[in-house]
Order: sequence, then structure tokens, then C-alpha cells
Amino acid sequence: MSTEGFSRWFDRKGWVGLVIGLPYVWLVVLFLLPFLIVLAMSVATNTPTAPPFSFGGEHPWINLGAYERIATDGLYVRAFLTSIFNAFVSAMLCLLIGYPMALGLTRVSKSWRNILLMLVILPFWTSFLLRVYAWMGLMGKNSWFNGLLTDAWNFLVPIDWAVKSIPMMNSNFAVVLVMVYTYLPFMILPLYASLERLDPNLDEAAMDLGSRPAQVFRDVTLPQSLPGIIAGGMLVFIPAAGELVIPTLVGNASQPMIGRLISDEFSQARDWPMAAAIAVALLVLMVVPTMIYSHYQAKAEGSK
Amino acid sequence: MKRRSTFLMIVLGFGFAFFYIPILSMIVYSFNASRLATVWGGFSTKWYVSLLSNDKVIDALFLSLKIAVISATVATILGTMAGIALARFTKFRGRVLFSGLVTAPLIMPEVITGISSLIFFILMADWVGWPGARGFSTITLAHITFSMVFVTTIVQARMIQSDRAIEEAAMDLGSRPWQVMFDITLPVISPAIMSGWLLAFTISLDDVVITSFTTGPGSTTLPLLIWSKVKLGVTPDINALATLMVLTVGAGVVAAGIIMTRAERRRLADERMAFRNND
Repeated sequence: MSTEGFSRWFDRKGWVGLVIGLPYVWLVVLFLLPFLIVLAMSVATNTPTAPPFSFGGEHPWINLGAYERIATDGLYVRAFLTSIFNAFVSAMLCLLIGYPMALGLTRVSKSWRNILLMLVILPFWTSFLLRVYAWMGLMGKNSWFNGLLTDAWNFLVPIDWAVKSIPMMNSNFAVVLVMVYTYLPFMILPLYASLERLDPNLDEAAMDLGSRPAQVFRDVTLPQSLPGIIAGGMLVFIPAAGELVIPTLVGNASQPMIGRLISDEFSQARDWPMAAAIAVALLVLMVVPTMIYSHYQAKAEGSK
Repeated sequence: MKRRSTFLMIVLGFGFAFFYIPILSMIVYSFNASRLATVWGGFSTKWYVSLLSNDKVIDALFLSLKIAVISATVATILGTMAGIALARFTKFRGRVLFSGLVTAPLIMPEVITGISSLIFFILMADWVGWPGARGFSTITLAHITFSMVFVTTIVQARMIQSDRAIEEAAMDLGSRPWQVMFDITLPVISPAIMSGWLLAFTISLDDVVITSFTTGPGSTTLPLLIWSKVKLGVTPDINALATLMVLTVGAGVVAAGIIMTRAERRRLADERMAFRNND
């Protein structure tokens, strides 16, 4: 090909091919291929070799043993239920705290609003690990925060119920508390985005027609912010269900969540097919909330 | 109306207290003289001194920064290309798969991304002899892969908003496609590219889970070092380290925010000026 021919080909096709092709190939090789390997591994057989799996041999080519164990072994079923429960409760609490905060953000003056929005986003930029760690400091037995709560508890309840400190660490309560803390911005931001777009005239119209503030909220504000509620809820639920760091640091080891189970099966039990099968099951579980999310996300953007 | 607003303001106040009390408490306790991390024993800066003279911490910090700069830069280049491709080239073979590949890492739990990357690297080493040892290179590759899609999301959103007419005008005036991209498209979306780089940088600098799976002996990043210490409990030197990191990142983000807002405002003012001069 002559230089000029190449240059013409490059302008017409090569350039576009390069812009699409480079990231495409990268993602296929380093994301899709590894995932397909995991998918294949979930139906392989665990063997005491290195790497610890094989296809075929005395077992049939496709070994569904790992999936069978997920469905029947109480440990895995409980881990799935714990994850779903913790993620659901976290999303609900984020909604209860995040909704009035987002609504409040739309009511403050413009200059304050920018500062406060910055303050909502700022923790998101600081280290996730350290935000979890900060709560380890607060929840510990000797901390001032635990002391404060203990005093309040002892003051409120009969003397027989008095405690020396509140056992917060290493419990599902701690996991939910820290998940609410770390994922609350994910709830506030989409809610704020959908509430900010609402027309204040509608509120006034409803008021003029005789609605009380609570009714205006129930009949006007709430229904219109539904896409934001669902988008925010899914943005909290999806990462919370697969969380590994928080349950490992503040959770109860005898009630593991799925993320921790995958990691343990892989690194400690060295049962790669089992870890792969749990991972695939977790992803299947994520498909429904993800589809709900993208449906409402598209709706929220469509109404712009 | 008035009463509900008071309620909202109170919730807002409590919400921000909830956000910032744990961080402030950690900062205060980093100046605690006591070895017991949660019992106050007077003011001291000794944990900062011991931290800054700890070679392991310094080495880990530099490794983290090196990985973050390289992976954010590559991720920004690849992510920007993908964002432009998805926003501008509406029809090409495999577009559905491509847009799926760009969204999937966003929702994929980190444990799964980490394990699948590790299995991939182990099997590749078995099959083709690469990578020989896991560490810097495997961590960087994994970080590029999962942070580039965040850049793509930002760039794609910016591209959809931007005006195609300027690009078409340049094309009509005889610019070649790659010239249009370097002279028009990239300058127009440069704030988005900068935000993307910053996001990719912090994601890489912060990552524990994927790094812990793709690392090898001798490659301890700062989050991995913190992770291994924090698993054993709260210690005063981690409080000091956390304070330094939170303050540095906080100051950086605030500064970047101010600079970007100013640049955006200036750009809008320039645009308005240009239009007025044309009239």
C-alpha cells in the first residue's frame, strides 16, 4: 500500500478502528476473557493439583457439584440471605436518612448548596478503607462514642439491663451501620438530582388547592422522585450485596456475607470451582437489581 | 411549609455530623499520646514522627503513587477512546458487546473482578509463561481495566452534551478525522478528561480488594499495608496515616474543584464574549 493510500485508508477506516479497537481489545482480553474463565471454572472439578482444578477426568465434563452445594448447603444459603438482608436494610436506612437530606439540599440557598454538595461528595474521594477504619475506632469497647451510647443506654433502661459497654463490633449491626455510612452519598446524589428538577410551582398549586404540607409531600413530591429513589436504592444495594472489606473488618466471622465466602473458598479452602460458582451465583443475583436500575436511570434521564 | 423546613435542616445537620464525626474523631486521636488507640492520654505528634521514619510506609506510598499515576494515565487514554467511540460512532459491529463491557466492571463486585484477574494471570503464566511474577505489572493492568470504564462514563456523558456542529465544521473545512479529534474534540472535553484522570487516580490509590488478589510477594501498596494492620485492630500510627491521607486528598479535591469551576466559568465567559463579538 502506498503512503497516500495508507493515509486515505487511515482517515476513512483505520482511525475509527483504532479508537474503537484499542479499548475494545483491552476489555475483551483483560475483563471478558478472565470472566469467561471463571464461568468455565465454576463447572470444573476441584483437584489437589496446581492450579487446583481440572475438566473431565473421572467426572463428567460439566460438573454441577458446586452449584448443587450452593443450593443445598445451609452455609451458602445463609450467606446469600445475610448479604441480601444486610444490603436491603442498608439501602432502606440510606433512603430514610438520604431523602430528607437531599430534600433539605434543594431548600438551602444556592451558595450553601454548592458547599454542602461538595461536603457530600468529599468523603467519597477519601479512602474507603479509612472510612471503615474510622468506625472501628468509634465502635470499639473503650471509645468515647461507645461510652456515650453506653451511658445513654444505662440512663434509659432499668438498672438490671445496665452494660459496661455496647458490643457493636463484629456484628451485622456494625456491617449495616458502616455500609450506610460509606454508601449514603450514592443515595443522596441521585435523589438530589431528581428532586432538584421538580417544579416548585406544583407544590404551590397543591397548597393553593388546600393540601397540607404532608399531603403535598405524599401526593406531589414523593411520586415524582420515585426514579431517583429506585436508582439510589440500587446504587446502594448492588455494591453492598457483594461487599468484602466491611464484613471482614467489622462483621461477624460466623455469619459471613457472600463476598467474604468467595474470598475464603478461593484463598483458604483453595476450592476454585466453588469460589467461581458462588461468584456466578452472586452475579445472577445482581442481574435483576441492575436491570431495574438501568430502567429507572433511563427514565430519570428521559424526564430531564 | 416553615416547620417542615426546620425538620429538613435538622436532618441535614445530623447527616453531616454522621459524615464527619468519625473522620474528625480519627484526626483527633492521631494526636493521642497513649499507645491505646481509643483512650486519650494527652497531646503528642509522636505517631507522625514514627510514621514518617518508617521505610515500609514510605516505600508502600511510592509504589501506590507509581501504580496510580501510570494506571490513571493509561486508563484515561483508553477510557476516553471508548467514551468517544460510544458517543460518536453509533453504528459498528459489536457495539452492544462493547457497551456491555464498558458497563459490566462498574457493577461487578470487586471480589469477583479480583479473583477472575488473579485466575487469568495464573493461567496465562501456565500457558504462555507471562506474567512471570505477579506484582507491579499485574496490579497496574488490573487497575487500568477497572478504572478505565469510570473515565468512559464521564467522557461519554460530556460528549453527548457537547455540540457536534464544531466538529462537522472542521471536517467540512478539510480537517482529517484525527486532526478534528486533537484540535476540537479533546480540548472541548478536557475538563471531563481531567475529572476522569482524577477519579481513576483515586480509585487506583484507594483500591484494596483487587490489589490484594493481583499482587505478589514484595509488592505492598499503601492500602494493602493499612489493610494488613487494620485487620488486627485500631492503632495510633494508622490514625496518623489516615489523617495525612484524608487531609491531602481533601485539600486536593477542594483545590481541583475550585480550579475546574473557575476554568469552566472562564470558558463560558469566553464563549459568550465570542458570540457577542460575532453579532
